[in-house]
Amino acid sequence: MDRIPILKLGDKLLVTIQVDFHDRVALALQEDLTEKILSAGAKGVLIDISALEMVDSFMGRVLGNIAKASRLLDCETVLVGMQPAIAITITELGIALQGIHTALNAEGGMALLERLIKAKSNRGRTANASKIAGRPPNLQRG
Amino acid sequence: MAKDTLTPIASILSKSSADIIENWVSLQLANKNRSQAVSDSSLTTSSNEFFKLFQAAAKDGNIENLNTPEWSAVKLMLSDLSVSRARLGSSPSETASFVLSFKQPLFEQLNKDFGNDPSLAKMSWALSVLIDDLALVTTEAFQKTREDIIRRQQKDILEMSTPVIKMWEGIVAVPLIGTLDSARTQIVMENLLQKIVDIGAKIAILDITGVPTVDTQTAQHLIKTVSATRLMGAECIISGIRPQIAQTIVHLGIEIHDIVTRATMEDALREAMARVGWYSYKEADAKDEVR
Repeated sequence: MDRIPILKLGDKLLVTIQVDFHDRVALALQEDLTEKILSAGAKGVLIDISALEMVDSFMGRVLGNIAKASRLLDCETVLVGMQPAIAITITELGIALQGIHTALNAEGGMALLERLIKAKSNRGRTANASKIAGRPPNLQRG
Repeated sequence: MAKDTLTPIASILSKSSADIIENWVSLQLANKNRSQAVSDSSLTTSSNEFFKLFQAAAKDGNIENLNTPEWSAVKLMLSDLSVSRARLGSSPSETASFVLSFKQPLFEQLNKDFGNDPSLAKMSWALSVLIDDLALVTTEAFQKTREDIIRRQQKDILEMSTPVIKMWEGIVAVPLIGTLDSARTQIVMENLLQKIVDIGAKIAILDITGVPTVDTQTAQHLIKTVSATRLMGAECIISGIRPQIAQTIVHLGIEIHDIVTRATMEDALREAMARVGWYSYKEADAKDEVR
């Protein structure tokens, strides 16, 4: 069975969907990705779907679930390169992709991930600084 | 009906052609109800042309079946005539009466030559049916032309009313004019999303100054467009919300709290430029203070 490769780039993961994204592939990706986030300690995931030409409600849900699961693992998800037709289909199907960020292309997506991760670490630092004084912030993960 | 009963018609057509044409044209020119759209000279020309083709088609006495290849030239000529007259603005009855008026001179001539012939009734009937059918051809062509014109105009209006404008680097705007129904929303969405991809826009401004009323349906369409834009990775600002529309939206209880809205296109553009990084509110404030 086809499996979608997950590439590690620093503290981010890169997923490019270029094969036929049918149900089993989608489920396998969800599984692989959550495991990889944990093993690699990733802070962000970039999913490129520019080659995806059709989407159904199941795939929409899987993408949403990936985002939700990543969020639980303290990892932001950015979906990039969505085709206009796919965007229209998803809104028409009424799939709410909550907790998922979007960007026009991989470049914009990377920049967005960078910003999100930075904002989060800043927020964490100030909160920690006020709560546990004296403890170095880099020991606080998650 | 036997063909030989009808062959005399062909001979009349060739024998008295000059008389028939003259009668016909003068009859048409004398018609008080004739519109001014068709000039006398073009009427005479088309009458002559029609007669020539009619004569050629009826030569073999084949006047019962319009589907034979002999008649296709006549039908084509009539359709063309009908199309050109439809464009000029003639009414369909005017175009049909062009053919129907051909009956009178033809029957007069027939009466003169075959007044006592028992086959006169048969010939008249056959000719009458034939000319009626030809008149129907003109009406059909007329209708078709009109429908084509309407369809083209509909398409033009649809395209005209949904332009996507590049306002600045990374900023596109869609000035929406007219009622937003699902068909138009679909087109707006497709055009907008395609443009976002094409120029790599980060912000899209939807200006609804030209939308006369906003009801729950329209709001739903707007929200759909905004969420599709977001999926593409761009942000959406809705501008041009008139006071009445703001009140209606509140009144209807439509939830658009997570959508950025601005009163005018100017404000929306300023906001968009600030977000893209072309404009800084701080700098503008500093300038104001200096002034």
